[in-house]
Amino acid sequence: MPQGELCNRQPIVTDEQLKLTLSDKSGKKYYAEMLELDVDTNALWATIQKTMKARLKTWLEICAHCGMCADSCFLYQVNDCVPEQVPSYKIQSTLGHIVKKKGQVDNEFMRHCMKVAWSQCTCCNRCGMYCPHGIDMGVMFSYLRGLLYSQGFVPWELKIGSGMHRVYRAQMDVTTEDWVETCEWMAEETEEEWPGLTIPVDKQDAEIMYTCNAREPKHYPEDLAEAAVLFHVAGTNWTVPSEGWEQTSLSMFAGDWECCKDNVNHVYDAIERLNPARVTGTECGHAHRATVIEGPYWAGREDGLPPKPYIHYVEWLAEALREGKLKIDPAKRIKEPVTLQDSCNYVRNQGLKDVTREIISYIVEPGYFVEMAPNKEHNYCCGGGGGFNGIGMYREQRNVALRKKMDQILDTGCKLVIAPCHNCWDAIRDLEEEYEIGIRWSFLKPLIIGMLDIPEGMRVEW
Amino acid sequence: MYELLTGPLLWLVFAISFGGLLVRVVLYFKGLSQQLDRVAYKAHLSYGLKGAFNSIISWLNPVGARAWRKKPGYTFIFFAFHIGLLATPIFLAAHNIMLQENLGFSLPQMPAFFADLLSWTVIVACVAIILRRIALPEVRILTTAYDYLLLVITVAPFVTGLIARYQMGDYQFWLLAHIITGEIWLLCLPFTKLSHCVLFFCSRAQLGMDYGIKRGGLKGSTFSW
Ligand code: SF4
Ligand code: SF4
Ligand code: SF4
Repeated sequence: MPQGELCNRQPIVTDEQLKLTLSDKSGKKYYAEMLELDVDTNALWATIQKTMKARLKTWLEICAHCGMCADSCFLYQVNDCVPEQVPSYKIQSTLGHIVKKKGQVDNEFMRHCMKVAWSQCTCCNRCGMYCPHGIDMGVMFSYLRGLLYSQGFVPWELKIGSGMHRVYRAQMDVTTEDWVETCEWMAEETEEEWPGLTIPVDKQDAEIMYTCNAREPKHYPEDLAEAAVLFHVAGTNWTVPSEGWEQTSLSMFAGDWECCKDNVNHVYDAIERLNPARVTGTECGHAHRATVIEGPYWAGREDGLPPKPYIHYVEWLAEALREGKLKIDPAKRIKEPVTLQDSCNYVRNQGLKDVTREIISYIVEPGYFVEMAPNKEHNYCCGGGGGFNGIGMYREQRNVALRKKMDQILDTGCKLVIAPCHNCWDAIRDLEEEYEIGIRWSFLKPLIIGMLDIPEGMRVEW
Repeated sequence: MYELLTGPLLWLVFAISFGGLLVRVVLYFKGLSQQLDRVAYKAHLSYGLKGAFNSIISWLNPVGARAWRKKPGYTFIFFAFHIGLLATPIFLAAHNIMLQENLGFSLPQMPAFFADLLSWTVIVACVAIILRRIALPEVRILTTAYDYLLLVITVAPFVTGLIARYQMGDYQFWLLAHIITGEIWLLCLPFTKLSHCVLFFCSRAQLGMDYGIKRGGLKGSTFSW
């Protein structure tokens, strides 16, 4: 059977195709077409030969089958330790099999791989820390996702997601006009309370260029306003680019590497155009991973770094608090047990573990901060990583995945969870919706704004 | 027969085995790709080397990595097995006598009692590893016939060596069996998963570099394995 109208090997590149795919409710037709989709086995094998280098090949070969990685994986733990959830098994029985067969696999097997790749691994990279050989299944699953994407075996939402990035260069249909209008609108609204506040677009040579997650302008514009308030109060000379402001990458979750490259270059172009001293992004883990940690490699940058120092929001915030640019009113500090979600995407993937705790030390009354166990680089994924949150077909599995975080939170006894990562924030919200354990969750921005010690006259109270 | 096996053939086996392992190491590092692996190995070499060192050291130490500390039972078996496997052939008196005769030098030798103990350790640990493979569902699902075959190949020189040493049965026969199984083991090193004896260091160093560079090192956070 040839390729389907919606489910095929071509990426979505036109608005028309995007709308068509979107109009297919829950991907009914898309998944029906997938049942018939041919596997281009020759292309699959050719890709593997070209892209599978020493590290991955060696990992597949030398895995000692020792099972040490089993309980490092939260999905293994929450799924009653079924052996099918052992990280090594998951990769050996999918990618390992494709390689062994030199790409000669059929439709049914590819669909099986899709299920494993997107519903049994969030690419959280935790297992890599527990394997004596240093075999990182998160890395290998990302690779497998790329192979599956290139063959059209990708969940409907992520096909659309990477299509959005290709067509709009944003994970949602936010155009340049929409974005600039949102900035103006938020500046106007916020200025009433914060006289003099602006959201400068395309300002040259600013101290900080700010980038965000397209869901913010689309669904939570107040997040942008909150960022503006904090930059304003801290007296930062900042700007947002009119183009290249979106730093998330559903294409990374989808395994659409070509699109990843295009997107990150768009952001880097903005940096080169506006020439800020530094760049910071919003409270999002995967966006940071995409733009700052993996992005430079997609873009082919030799030093593995973005064109200018690009820090995560928690780093900017910690610095502003440390330097006294933002002051916390001691009376308003958090005085209830509170815990912190360590986002794998910037903790395990960039080592930003202490800086969030430094922020905690300014905003939480001593004695009230409770660590999750385990934490820092050993923390578990929230359960919604790697695109898991957004895939309707695997909702049930995702809900099971949330249980690890639920138990971790319940064990702390806290009712308040600080989650400086968009995905984690969503997962924790869903977790409360699903299991009703009576918790609240928050980004840092609104918490900090509520606690600021604001210089006289800076804010107009209504 | 004995002369042949311990003479020219042995040298050939050594050449193939150690030469092959060297080739594997070279190929590993040559096959790394900064863009596909997403690690800028060269640009941040000092951070990378620090990470690589940290990673290797942490895992060679039975209490160095969190994974080892979490599974003390298995860790004990694992280290006993590997220490016996490496130390016995290198420091065995009989081997060193051969070395002395052929090359005119020898390594420190261990007392016979100690060599026996280590050989038994390898065998007992091997049995424990096999039982673990059968008993634990998470290991059973991963285990293939190939895994058992490699264990047999690995432990065979120890079994035959001990039989010869205790002079059970025909000494000449068991001695030859010991030499042949030992040579098979050596030949398997570069061509099978046993290549992990060198690739372990490559892979560990590689992941250590990754962590030492972009996954924390450049941000000044040491990574606790
Ligand atoms: S811990 Fe590593 S070597 Fe052992 S089974 Fe898992 S991936 Fe393979
Ligand atoms: S990367 Fe995370 S989710 Fe995937 S197998 Fe490893 S521990 Fe499990
Ligand atoms: S959603 Fe959060 S916890 Fe989960 S993988 Fe992403 S960053 Fe990690």
